[in-house]
Amino acid sequence: MPRFCYYARAETTGNEHVNLDFSDEQKLLGDQVNKMLSDSDSVTAARRLVEGSETGYDTEIWRQMQELGLTGCAIETQYGGLGLGDLELCVISEAIGRHIAPTPFFFSICMAARAIQLFGAEEQKRTHLPGLASGERIATMAIAETPGAVSQKRIRTRFGGGVLNGRKIGVCDGMSADFALVMAQDEGGSVGLYLAELGDTQRSPQKSLDPSRPVACIEFSDTPAEPLGSAGWDDIQHIRDRAAVLCAFEQVGGAEACLEMARNYALERKAFGRQIASYQALKHRMADIYILNTLARSNAYYAAWALSTDAQVLPSAAATALLSATEAFDFAAAENIQIHGGMGFTWEFDCHLYYRRSRALGVILGGTGSWQRKLISALRAQNSTAVA
Amino acid sequence: MDFNDTQQEAEFRVEARSWLEGNKPERSAADERIGGEESYLRAAKAWQKRKYEAGWACLHWPKEYGGRGASPMERIIWGQEEGKYAALSGPFAIGQGMCGPTLMGYAIEEHKQKYLPPMASGEHIWCQLFSEPGAGSDVAGLSTRAVKDGDEWVINGQKIWTSGAQFSDYGILLTRTDPDVPKHKGLTMFWIDMHDDAVEVRPIKQASGASGFNEVYFTDLRVHDSQRLGAPGQGWEVALTTLMNERLAVGDAPGPDFNEIFDLVCDLPDENDNPLVEDGRVIEHLARWYCQKSGLKYTKYRTISALSQGKTPGPENSITKIVSAAKLQQISRFAIDALGISGTIRDEFEGNEDNPALPFIDGFMGAPGLRIAGGTDEILRNIIAERVLGLPQEVRVDKDKPFSQL
Repeated sequence: MPRFCYYARAETTGNEHVNLDFSDEQKLLGDQVNKMLSDSDSVTAARRLVEGSETGYDTEIWRQMQELGLTGCAIETQYGGLGLGDLELCVISEAIGRHIAPTPFFFSICMAARAIQLFGAEEQKRTHLPGLASGERIATMAIAETPGAVSQKRIRTRFGGGVLNGRKIGVCDGMSADFALVMAQDEGGSVGLYLAELGDTQRSPQKSLDPSRPVACIEFSDTPAEPLGSAGWDDIQHIRDRAAVLCAFEQVGGAEACLEMARNYALERKAFGRQIASYQALKHRMADIYILNTLARSNAYYAAWALSTDAQVLPSAAATALLSATEAFDFAAAENIQIHGGMGFTWEFDCHLYYRRSRALGVILGGTGSWQRKLISALRAQNSTAVA
Repeated sequence: MDFNDTQQEAEFRVEARSWLEGNKPERSAADERIGGEESYLRAAKAWQKRKYEAGWACLHWPKEYGGRGASPMERIIWGQEEGKYAALSGPFAIGQGMCGPTLMGYAIEEHKQKYLPPMASGEHIWCQLFSEPGAGSDVAGLSTRAVKDGDEWVINGQKIWTSGAQFSDYGILLTRTDPDVPKHKGLTMFWIDMHDDAVEVRPIKQASGASGFNEVYFTDLRVHDSQRLGAPGQGWEVALTTLMNERLAVGDAPGPDFNEIFDLVCDLPDENDNPLVEDGRVIEHLARWYCQKSGLKYTKYRTISALSQGKTPGPENSITKIVSAAKLQQISRFAIDALGISGTIRDEFEGNEDNPALPFIDGFMGAPGLRIAGGTDEILRNIIAERVLGLPQEVRVDKDKPFSQL
């Protein structure tokens, strides 16, 4: 696979020559995943979870992802993966978003496996990565404990004497995951990530806005755990920044699916003797969706570059991509229902599945306000280094 | 994704840069503007001539017409390298970007040979005469009449919103030659001499107080048939060619952007003497503008990427003007608000030497025009909806009726 490189001079000159696009191989991979998810009727699989006729995740889709090597694509070959990179995760994430695929890919592969790769001790990598790469084992992240933004101070889960104690809420794939990276404070009060098997914990599913991404509450009570390398608060923020880029790609995929649904319906449906797609009120609405989607995609591409090269601008690029994609998907999902009219508000139509997913993705890594503050702080920091 | 020049592109960039290094103008466009329109025009023409003589004018034009026969990618590289000096090319943009390609497509060979090189060198400035008082967004509804008289056409009527007409030597003019067919079918394009006595240019004073646009009146203007561009009745098709050539000319709104409002709110205190930039409401706005600015920048990069790979760019750039003009309006309004009453004061006063309000006041007064000129927000949304998303046109009651019966 061609690598991503950047020969730009200082950002402000505007003189960079750029190739801000995925390679043909990466696009082909995206097409392949899109086809697989479309052939497996992924949206209907998501519906089964929303309707409660299935729990956890769609095992058939997951099996196909294993077969295609998607689960291991960004994991090094010595740990059983294919040794590709972040850009491949981007195109896979976009396809998952487009088809709202109910799989544990985001937390298990994009976040937990990435965290172990970046911050785990060698022994931990050898123990945990092969299972994640093959997709036979599933990991998740256990972060939130209370309503509102996550802060170091408000993490009450404690690690000490080799065990964890505390309670985590809204843990995605919490019922299906074999193990989790748990955010907890050690005896000295520092926050870190701890690896814990979930088999012996008390877990209960939580009803949620988007049941196609099921969440659970997990009680840790003297649960054996070990620190993930020496990962601290800043490292956790780095993992979150990286994940934000991939989340943005999921959102971009979802937002584009909404625009297509809206367009197709508006072309089919007639009112007052003509296609409703011929009314400016609807055309302009769809143009506005297109505008936000385009901005979001472009921001996501730049963040993909920052991600794949571990650029210094990653924190601001990731925040920009996530904020832009959150706004785009929120708007596209809501207006998709509006353009469908009453039909869009029925259980039977798929619009609400995307509407649910859009809001869930918007908070999965923390809410908009938190990312806006993060973005502006990052830009102020960049400014003061530029001046100094 | 990679961000490298190909070897050929890199060599071109080095060549462009070294020429610019040795030949760049002494003063920026902004400095030249201080001396008024005449001195700005003089500087612009001098810079254009210097570029032309060294083969750096109208890069994408064929060499025989004064261009360089360069690839789209080389044109972009030149644009990046020319950077701030490109603002001195403003007076030639409409001619070289729109009139030139239209002449190339439809003028007789003799006229191409005669008029294109001086257009490239900046000796002649051209303007585009399309809009009328009664035909703005619906420009095909125009009523300036051209009537055939032997080898000549006699033209009467009025155009409006003509940028640069006050200093233009020539123009391309869209007229109605047959009112008895539906409006799109009865139009014909000509090129005309703006110095003809039958042409009268009157500047329009804009809401902002500036005068960049004009009204242009034609009273029995006689034009030889050889100056016709395209067949009689083919004018609409010719006009679309002209407008399509604007595809690469991405319309970023000129004026204060994210960096300017960001610097302002970092400096300004609120009533509790905290920097405004720490206020949640301010942060929310800043973050949104940053996402827009960054999204437009990387959208442009994606277009360049497609060109660089020899592919046809997608329609992404159609969003640029809608987003940037609205952003300019919001940022300017917000800045004036943040400055309080001093945000409305144009003068410098003691303690306010480098008046921070000025660019925002100009942005505030300029933005409404930007949202209209070159396609209103609404027309541009129609274009996205119809050409990009493939949605049907609104029902048009006038489409099949002869113009004379409307």
